Amino acid sequence: MLQTQTEAGFEIVRREDFSDVTYLLAVRHPLMARAAKPGQFVIVMSHPEGERIPLTIADFDAAEGTVTLVIQAVGKTTREMQQTCTIGTHLHALVGPMGVPTHMGRAKKVVCVGGGLGVAPIFPQARGFKQNGAKVIGILGFRTKNLVFWEDRFRDVCDEVILCTDDGSAGIKGFVSDGIRQAIAAHPDIDEVVAIGPPIMMKACAETTRPFGIRTMVSLNPIMVDGTGMCGGCRVKLGDVVKFACVDGPDFDGHLVDFDDLMLRLRRYAEEEKAAVARWSETCRMRALLAAS
Amino acid sequence: MAKKRTIRSIPQARTPVREQDPQVRRHNFTEVNLGYDEAEALLESQRCLVCPEPACIAGCPVGIDIPGFIARISDGDIRGAYDVLARTNLLPAVCGRVCPQENQCEGVCIVGDVLEPVAIGRLERFVGDRAIAEGWARRPHIEPNPFRVGVVGSGPAGMACAADMAKAGCAVTVYEAFHLPGGVLRYGIPDFRLPNAVVDAEIEALRRLGVRFECNTLVGRLFTIEQMIDELGYQAVFIGTGAGYPAMLGIPGDSLNGVLSANELLTRCNLMRARDFPAVDTPLPLGRHVAVVGAGNTAMDAMRVSLRLGAEKVSCIYRRSRAECPARAEEVHHAEEEGIEFHWLTAPVEVLGDGKGNVRALRCQTMVLGEPDRSGRARPVPVPGSEHDIEVDQVVFAIGTNANPIIGQTSGLGLDRRGYIAVDDTLATSLAGVYAGGDIVTGAATVIEAMGAGRRAAASMKAYLGLSGPAAEGGSAGLFGLPPDQRNFVRLRVG
Ligand SMILES: Cc1cc2nc3c(=O)[nH]c(=O)nc-3n(C[C@H](O)[C@H](O)[C@H](O)COP(=O)(O)OP(=O)(O)OC[C@H]3O[C@@H](n4cnc5c(N)ncnc54)[C@H](O)[C@@H]3O)c2cc1C
Ligand SMILES: Cc1cc2nc3c(=O)[nH]c(=O)nc-3n(C[C@H](O)[C@H](O)[C@H](O)COP(=O)(O)OP(=O)(O)OC[C@H]3O[C@@H](n4cnc5c(N)ncnc54)[C@H](O)[C@@H]3O)c2cc1C
Ligand code: SF4
Ligand code: FES
Repeated sequence: MLQTQTEAGFEIVRREDFSDVTYLLAVRHPLMARAAKPGQFVIVMSHPEGERIPLTIADFDAAEGTVTLVIQAVGKTTREMQQTCTIGTHLHALVGPMGVPTHMGRAKKVVCVGGGLGVAPIFPQARGFKQNGAKVIGILGFRTKNLVFWEDRFRDVCDEVILCTDDGSAGIKGFVSDGIRQAIAAHPDIDEVVAIGPPIMMKACAETTRPFGIRTMVSLNPIMVDGTGMCGGCRVKLGDVVKFACVDGPDFDGHLVDFDDLMLRLRRYAEEEKAAVARWSETCRMRALLAAS
Repeated sequence: MAKKRTIRSIPQARTPVREQDPQVRRHNFTEVNLGYDEAEALLESQRCLVCPEPACIAGCPVGIDIPGFIARISDGDIRGAYDVLARTNLLPAVCGRVCPQENQCEGVCIVGDVLEPVAIGRLERFVGDRAIAEGWARRPHIEPNPFRVGVVGSGPAGMACAADMAKAGCAVTVYEAFHLPGGVLRYGIPDFRLPNAVVDAEIEALRRLGVRFECNTLVGRLFTIEQMIDELGYQAVFIGTGAGYPAMLGIPGDSLNGVLSANELLTRCNLMRARDFPAVDTPLPLGRHVAVVGAGNTAMDAMRVSLRLGAEKVSCIYRRSRAECPARAEEVHHAEEEGIEFHWLTAPVEVLGDGKGNVRALRCQTMVLGEPDRSGRARPVPVPGSEHDIEVDQVVFAIGTNANPIIGQTSGLGLDRRGYIAVDDTLATSLAGVYAGGDIVTGAATVIEAMGAGRRAAASMKAYLGLSGPAAEGGSAGLFGLPPDQRNFVRLRVG
């Protein structure tokens, strides 16, 4: 059997920095590289005292034996990883692929929407739909031009790409929901929309497609612990039904998802998270001072 | 043993066990029950009548030779006592601590008809702890064979199966989804009941038997059960993935912040060590007044953990009465001593919010016990107009679990109506060579039953591989009595 896990953990073999907050890590895990399917995620612990954080598998390469994660530094763990996860270092824990893979179905014309960091995880889905023979329209949303990444990769696998920036510095000026409207106007025969991004963006996408009755799948990102269905921390509401995003999802029908509930629950540990970042920044500052003196 | 003991001649009172003072222990995670020392164990062992037809053995889910091991303690032969225990129980130090003895061996002990029953659990723990301290669980002589066995899940069921298959000479690998092995023993049951050091010692004992642990491996998703047989080269597989999937409250307000499952609370606190936050990164929401819904072992653990994390008040909300409470008697007693407030015959109807998405109170209703339901327990019926609010800022629910869906989602295994893995009397599943046991078959049960299931499955797997039974005795150890090169796997079972 392929041995991936060493005493030290899982090796980081490649790293790219897309911006000062977004970075890519390719991690060696040959078995997972073979098993992963679009729509799945992993849980990572960067060190033994670390938190278990879920990250979408943004790409996988069976030949190279790696899975790729694209991470946005938003809090203690992801900022710390931005500093410590260099090539040759190891992740303490990496488990997956988790979650139900995206159902590719027989959709003939699909819109894949990625907002900000959601651009990375939507990529394997766009590629998957294309390989399935569908016509794929990619809609990528960023705040501004210098945050744009992977536009070329999407152009490779999509039949059409609509780039949107909030300030109009690249592509069209507007949100991805404007992109969706534009796509729907040009293509009345869209079978499905798949959207990944911040909850507020996915909610806007679902509201945009609702009047047209186009099936809209979203990938939810509630707080997780185990990722195996054991804790219920990742529960989400679909109408009156409760589902666990880690084992029943993370993809759900966007027209049923209670986004307000999701956004409320994401703020659950806001106090602790703020405190952790503050403490961590302070430690970094002290270290810098020490190093300078 | 010199003279025959009678109910009159034995020490009349149960030997008390030393415990941490309730006022001290409610602030720490060190073990509550300090266990017998040798003198205390010797004294208590003399209360056993060594009955010719011991009721206790029949009361034990795995049929431990209880008078046998107790008699050896009386003789001062602790090592001998361990050997007797180890014949049936792989985890005496664990089971002595967490078994619901009052419903099992101690519940039927003859002495208990007149006096307090023999403290079998405490004696078992004494022997188990001594064995760990002295390193008695050493590696027996093992005759290796060419078979490879895969075990999925490292809880008590998986551990027991792995131990027996390793002793039979198979190369055993245990796959665990978490980054540490042990199952509920690790993530669920807190240190003050079952110290991590005990779990570590049991895992280490398995490693010494040659068992390999592969953590961070989610079977079903990284590879399937079918692939374990077809591609990864396992001749037999055991599934012990536990119950998981906590049942929801299903009342209005149950997704407010501050409402969480006992499993989440316990996993954050025990496995992720969030109680040491900020030294570790995992946060834990701390309530000032915590309500825990349910009264099983999981609920008791959640309450007592909340107390130790600094909650000012912890209330137990249970819809039946104390008599029906399913937790171990010792835990309820300890919880009461520690100052948990019990609201028996009380059912939650709604979690009330503060308008900002947080919990403000739990609205409850008083119940009375009516006719027995299907489980034989009195059915609680609400009292009209009895609604009242309990001010809380955190609600933890521990009202049972459903089947974990992952293996079912990813394999062709037959499941039962409720989604648990279907097995026959030998614990064989619908796939040849694949066996299952523990909570994933029975639904949430006990450590000893899971351990027993792991061992029973191991016995079936040995027969299946030809390591026991006619084929083995005939000398040609091989599957279906065939030598390895003539074996041809057909993944179909008639049945
Ligand atoms: C299925 C799934 C896929 C995800 N994929 C990606 C991805 O590909 N790239 C990426 O950068 N991020 C992804 N996330 C979000 C990522 O897990 C969080 O950003 C990360 O946990 C934040 O940790 P932190 O300590 O840096 O920040 P914190 O300060 O702890 O939190 C910052 C924000 O992240 C959210 N968060 C915190 N802890 C968790 C947790 N355990 N699980 C989920 N969210 C949490 C909080 O709501 C908070 O708003 C994904 C989340 C889920 C559930
Ligand atoms: C808080 C709590 C307190 C309890 N207290 C007591 C008590 O006092 N006395 C008592 O007798 N019983 C008690 N129990 C019940 C007892 O712990 C369980 O019945 C027992 O642990 C079941 O053992 P198991 O081996 O079947 O599963 P578990 O102990 O649940 O172990 C299953 C393991 O499999 C892993 N797993 C799951 N899916 C996968 C997968 N797909 N791939 C790889 N690994 C996987 C899990 O991560 C887990 O580690 C308690 C339970 C809880 C939750
Ligand atoms: S029933 Fe009680 S007294 Fe009799 S053998 Fe068992 S433990 Fe001893
Ligand atoms: S993360 Fe624990 S159940 Fe989904």
